[in-house]
Amino acid sequence: MTPASDPATATSLPIGSDADLAWVRHQVRQFAAELGFGLVQQTKIVTAASELARNTLVHGGGGQARITPLRNGPASGLQLVFIDTGPGIRDVELAMTDGYTTGGGLGLGLSGARRLVDELAIETEPGQGTVVTLVAWVSRASAVRPGSG
Amino acid sequence: MQVPEQAGADSAAHGLADFLERRREQLAQRWADGPLFRTVFTVSRDEAVEACKAVVDALSEVASTGRLESVGAPGFGEVREQLGRMAASRAGRGFTPAQIADEAAGLRTAAVELLRDETEDRPDDEARDVLLALTVLMGTLRLVIMETTVSAGEELIARQQLQLLEVATPVISLWEGVIAVPLIGTLDSARSQVVMESLLQAIVEQRARYAILDITGVPTVDSLVAQHLMKTVAAARLMGAECVVSGIRPAIAQTIVHLGIDLSSVLTRSSLADALAYALSRQGIEVSQRAAGANPR
Amino acid sequence: MTAPLPVPGTPAVPVLALGNILLVTLQGDLHDGMAEQLQQDITERIAHSAADGLVIDVSGVDIVDSFLGRVIAEIAASARLMAARTVLCGMRPAVAITLVELGLTLPGLETVLDAARALELFAQAPSGAGPDRSEGGT
Repeated sequence: MTPASDPATATSLPIGSDADLAWVRHQVRQFAAELGFGLVQQTKIVTAASELARNTLVHGGGGQARITPLRNGPASGLQLVFIDTGPGIRDVELAMTDGYTTGGGLGLGLSGARRLVDELAIETEPGQGTVVTLVAWVSRASAVRPGSG
Repeated sequence: MQVPEQAGADSAAHGLADFLERRREQLAQRWADGPLFRTVFTVSRDEAVEACKAVVDALSEVASTGRLESVGAPGFGEVREQLGRMAASRAGRGFTPAQIADEAAGLRTAAVELLRDETEDRPDDEARDVLLALTVLMGTLRLVIMETTVSAGEELIARQQLQLLEVATPVISLWEGVIAVPLIGTLDSARSQVVMESLLQAIVEQRARYAILDITGVPTVDSLVAQHLMKTVAAARLMGAECVVSGIRPAIAQTIVHLGIDLSSVLTRSSLADALAYALSRQGIEVSQRAAGANPR
Repeated sequence: MTAPLPVPGTPAVPVLALGNILLVTLQGDLHDGMAEQLQQDITERIAHSAADGLVIDVSGVDIVDSFLGRVIAEIAASARLMAARTVLCGMRPAVAITLVELGLTLPGLETVLDAARALELFAQAPSGAGPDRSEGGT
């Protein structure tokens, strides 16, 4: 269960139930802690993962989460990908708006999760499912910019 | 590299790999006496020799793959961390990257001398090609060292910035249950994260009911700074502490109004003293002047 | 591969009655279904008892996402409808920072540092007097 720092090793987890959401949170926490994220950043990442995993379950009808440790020079990071084959998102911009909801929540899922990590990207097509990718880098005061190597 | 030369270059690279393997011991001994290794492994010369051998091994691995000019060649992976530690140690003693580059160049001189000694009696084309290959490879090693030097420097700067942030954000206990953070300088995102974290930690540790954010020393308040302040206030409230923002100078107050920033969710006071008076009175504590002439007891 | 179960810390949430006050201690990772169940349990308990105060202690909670945040806000809102006052306590700094960044500030919900402070608050203003803040003085 020790996450290797090799970027090629991804861990895939199924998302099909409440218990799976809890397991995803648990695993993301483990990876984040081992990569050296501080407690606040860990909490942010796990919370973002929880929001997105729930989206995958509730809106996407289930799917999977993929956890990949990242390394860029001295910087360590974590990439999380949430994949479903559900109905997709018709209007991504609208879905990213604070307060927009279709699932009866507070509508903070996507927009809120984006504020908790460094990058968040959505690929979706109506009827084709949704892939949400988020990336967080271990912060060192001045955020280490990825892609400078 | 041109095609007709390819075969020659390949054999030169292999000749070089042979040379490095054959002369591993001598090369390591010479390098260990050079300033780059000697000054890092001050305690044990054996250790310096071992480190040099690791670098020689890496070079011969790179040479045997023929990728003499590739900084990213897998062979360098092994020694990169070690070179990084050396570069960091040199940089820590105040050496500039240029000086470290000179020391790295010294490694080439030693290697070239050794190769010359060996081929003195047969100065043919092959020997010349191997020498050329060695020069190229040593140039690449120098680049790898420079690369690790620069990234070690970046890391140092990042660490110092973090320390500066922490130093610049003390949390002061003003009264039982009342803490304050005097903010001085620009309040950017990184800074406000540190402020938020240290403030919340202090609320827990000191069981504070009131937290004062004093912005007397903050030069300007724009909508971003206001947003940071509001977030901090909201987070403190979630932990059960009431936040007061104090030190709002007239010019700042005007800016806030002009920019149309809504600070209505935040309790404000013009001075730190006013904020403390507020916190005390909310806790039922009254501070009054002794009647004239009255004795302390 | 590792099995998806069990995740540590997921027993049913206990609801403790202390006089007129119900004390709920959330702990570990709460499954969505359990949070919804809790919401139901608490409102029933308030309806069928003389409870006029509710303390929700989240000191044992690692993360509060928008789902759990909504559940807590709804519990407080239903409690208020049944004339019970809700106080949230024990939130960890990392959780508070994350909630604010998420955009979830739980306005209108009373918050205090820990369970002791929460009980203190009820002792000062007994029997559903509401958040009347007067002299505190400890």
